[in-house]
Amino acid sequence: MNDITAAAAPEAARKRHGSLLVQDARTKTRNASETRFRRLGLLAVALGMLALVGLLGSILSNGLSAFKQTYLQVEVFLDPAKLDKTGSGDLAQIAKVSTFGYAPLIQAAMQGAAKEAGVDTSALPAKALGQMVSKEAPATLRNFVLASPEKIGQTVSFSLLANGRIDGYFKGRVTMESAALDRNISPEQLAFADQLKAAGVLETKFNWAFFTAPDASDTRPEAAGLGVAILGSIYMMLIVLCLSLPLGVAASIYLEEFAPKNRFTDLIEVNISNLAAVPSIVFGILGLAIFINLVGLPQSAPIVGGLVLTLMTLPTIIIATRAALKSVPPSIRDAALGVGASKMQSIFHHVLPLAMPGILTGAIIGLAQALGETAPLLLIGMVAFVREYPAGPPEGLFDPAAALPVQVYNWTQRGDPAFVERASGAIIVLLVFLIVMNTAAILLRRKFERRW
Amino acid sequence: MTTSSLFLLVLGLGVVGYLLGRKRALAVAKATGQRLHSLPGYYGQTVALYSAVPALLCLLAWLFVQPVLIETRISAMVPDSAIPEGGARSLVMADLRRIAGGLDALKEAQNISEDDLLALRVETSDIRKQLGDVGVAIGSEVQGAVFEAAKAYRGAEITGRFWMTVLTLALALGCFVTTLLRIRPQARARNTSETFVLSLLIGASLVAILTTVGILGSLLFETINFFKMYPAKDFFFSTVWNPQFRGGSDLGILPLLWGTLYVSFLALVVAVPIGLMIAIYLAEYASKPLRSVAKPAIEVLAGIPTIVYGLFALITVGPFLRDYIASPLGLGSSSSSVLTAGLVMGIMLIPFVSSLSDDIINAVPQAMRDGSYGLGATRSETIKQVILPAALPGVVGAVLLAASRAIGETMIVVMGAGAAAKLGLNPFEAMTTVTVKIVSQLTGDTEFASPETLVAFALGLTLFVFTLGLNIIALSVVRKYREQYE
Repeated sequence: MNDITAAAAPEAARKRHGSLLVQDARTKTRNASETRFRRLGLLAVALGMLALVGLLGSILSNGLSAFKQTYLQVEVFLDPAKLDKTGSGDLAQIAKVSTFGYAPLIQAAMQGAAKEAGVDTSALPAKALGQMVSKEAPATLRNFVLASPEKIGQTVSFSLLANGRIDGYFKGRVTMESAALDRNISPEQLAFADQLKAAGVLETKFNWAFFTAPDASDTRPEAAGLGVAILGSIYMMLIVLCLSLPLGVAASIYLEEFAPKNRFTDLIEVNISNLAAVPSIVFGILGLAIFINLVGLPQSAPIVGGLVLTLMTLPTIIIATRAALKSVPPSIRDAALGVGASKMQSIFHHVLPLAMPGILTGAIIGLAQALGETAPLLLIGMVAFVREYPAGPPEGLFDPAAALPVQVYNWTQRGDPAFVERASGAIIVLLVFLIVMNTAAILLRRKFERRW
Repeated sequence: MTTSSLFLLVLGLGVVGYLLGRKRALAVAKATGQRLHSLPGYYGQTVALYSAVPALLCLLAWLFVQPVLIETRISAMVPDSAIPEGGARSLVMADLRRIAGGLDALKEAQNISEDDLLALRVETSDIRKQLGDVGVAIGSEVQGAVFEAAKAYRGAEITGRFWMTVLTLALALGCFVTTLLRIRPQARARNTSETFVLSLLIGASLVAILTTVGILGSLLFETINFFKMYPAKDFFFSTVWNPQFRGGSDLGILPLLWGTLYVSFLALVVAVPIGLMIAIYLAEYASKPLRSVAKPAIEVLAGIPTIVYGLFALITVGPFLRDYIASPLGLGSSSSSVLTAGLVMGIMLIPFVSSLSDDIINAVPQAMRDGSYGLGATRSETIKQVILPAALPGVVGAVLLAASRAIGETMIVVMGAGAAAKLGLNPFEAMTTVTVKIVSQLTGDTEFASPETLVAFALGLTLFVFTLGLNIIALSVVRKYREQYE
């Protein structure tokens, strides 16, 4: 407290600088320290904002390219000699041709496309040409043929996925230098891809498949999509909404309006505030031990994820709902009681409707939290590789599915760098969902908020 | 009848109960000429609640209990000789369940009668091939005892399901009829239904207690199992973490605890000064436009899921630290490191610290500030010598809460800190934490009989105790501080 005691400094010291306009050394240091402190604060704010910008910038710069994908526009001759040797048109016979049987068709189609585009392919063997197309392409062809076997013998135009490395080349992830060291792609193939692009055979389009396709294996990142994960997340959010909203509202009404002040109520309150602070992974352990091992619910199923996330969001919803109930003025309750309503009637007919906007806002924020939660889902088996879409609810709730944030984690564990782009893209999708939900919550609050 | 159609049926009965109850109340009142005690809707509500709720609760309880009971009974039927060398009972049980499910598929696909299905024997027909034909792949040849147990399992499930349907429907209909018949004009229907609703509300608030009991129960139960297999002394005091698939693992918690505390410490070193300064600046200095931009921006940081931070650590911060700091200085060559995780976790905690501190700084009475200014102190002097000392207990509480968050955080350390259990001081080295090991021991094919899996529960319990202790201390500190100025 030097500055304050300074007021009691000796008379002599004060006389030396009589003018208020001239600062003495002490005032100067004090003011300097003031400025320093202020700058430090500004620096902290700047650092915080910088962290946000850096975080979002890194995700956006890595992930935006996932929404574009390189496709090859080729004419494939569905050779009856290869697909339907007996010529019977029998579907069981056609189904016996595995995806390997379709690879030569794609090679031929690539050569045809090159010839048409006037590109010289003599430097590349036919096999290398076939490799430029995604490993997913034969499966695409096979599914098409099995769906419409009458097209065998005709030439059909296909938009096939290009190999992930070719795709990466046009996005700047793969260069001629890295291709020279890469076993999966050669600089010649990249040069050829350049020519194809100039000829219009190869084009980069918006990647709708990213939102609808299921996950794909390690060697075909170009085909991996978020379809199953988005569906799984939607299922889980439905469960969370259907369970945690009624449960949370009921619990809050009891605690806020009915509960007597006693030990039991205190116990419930302490429990709720502690549950809000339990690490999310512990909820995962709970889900594994109780819902999967004890009750025998299936692993990787949205129902288990939904139940675990419900328990996690309950405290959030209860806290928000209680705040909303508390903000309804007592005069409303008194008026209802005064005209003869029972306590239950006053709450369900008057207090609850008035508190609804606040409750819904809290519920949406709770849902947004649940949507981004990853750790507990890892433990209940949602990391599994799932390619099948779950069925429609309610049976589909018991089918294996993925979830958006877990899909991101899953992709980061894969070897191919193309999956990093996919993971960042998936994060962008997740963030868009969150922004939409939070905006809805804010709008809801703005529109219905009442000041009493 | 499937569970979902049973569920819908009971709900439908509830709706019908409401309509009938209401109608009957009006009819009875008209017939007797008496006034109804309650509004007619309440009579309907009573019927609906009594017919739907007990039946649904019974259904729910049955769904929880039946698998547990059947599992224990059938598990006892499988002789020890049927369990392969080095395998576990749980794996045989999983096979058994698949066979039982496969039998249903078999019946469906080949139109076999129930009797023929029960007459199937391992000796007379190739069960594995037959199941394979309907799309149920069994890992090994089906043994006689296991197959018989599977048939018993299936039988028990079918009977269980049958009785569940019967009991639920009987309960629903019984309550439906009795409550419907008990409608009298003088019956206090509103009071009855309101008491019922109140008990439902109490039940809903019990879910919180049940969750805590579930968490503690599952953690304690499996932890006790773990300590039966692995000495507690080694777990708490061994400095080696080295799980082996074939037994003989070293499962010492110390390296994991060290990693956890190191990462959390670094995170707090980043988050506390920055968060606190942000709170001070925004509360005491910032102009309105700056505050209206900065405050929401910092709050956005709080709403971002941790997986996003994890990815940020993995693809940006980790490689950056490795390429520009660790490698040139020769301190390490791994992109996942304690510093990576600590730094990113620190960013995650900034909004947490700043919003808590903001509340606390705003709670310091204006009179204390005015007094300080009146004595001629500058703003920073007031903050440093009046506001912060006054707010110190609250700030300590906030830091403890942030620490508890940091200790329990999972995704950032899973993706940023690495997996090597080490006791070291170099922040550029990869280390691992309790949460990372819980994830790695419990993901994938887990088998609940080995200490390598069960150790995750002991780790979980340790984590739970740590965070709970920190939270209780922090909350009591914050509460005490609040009372001081209210």
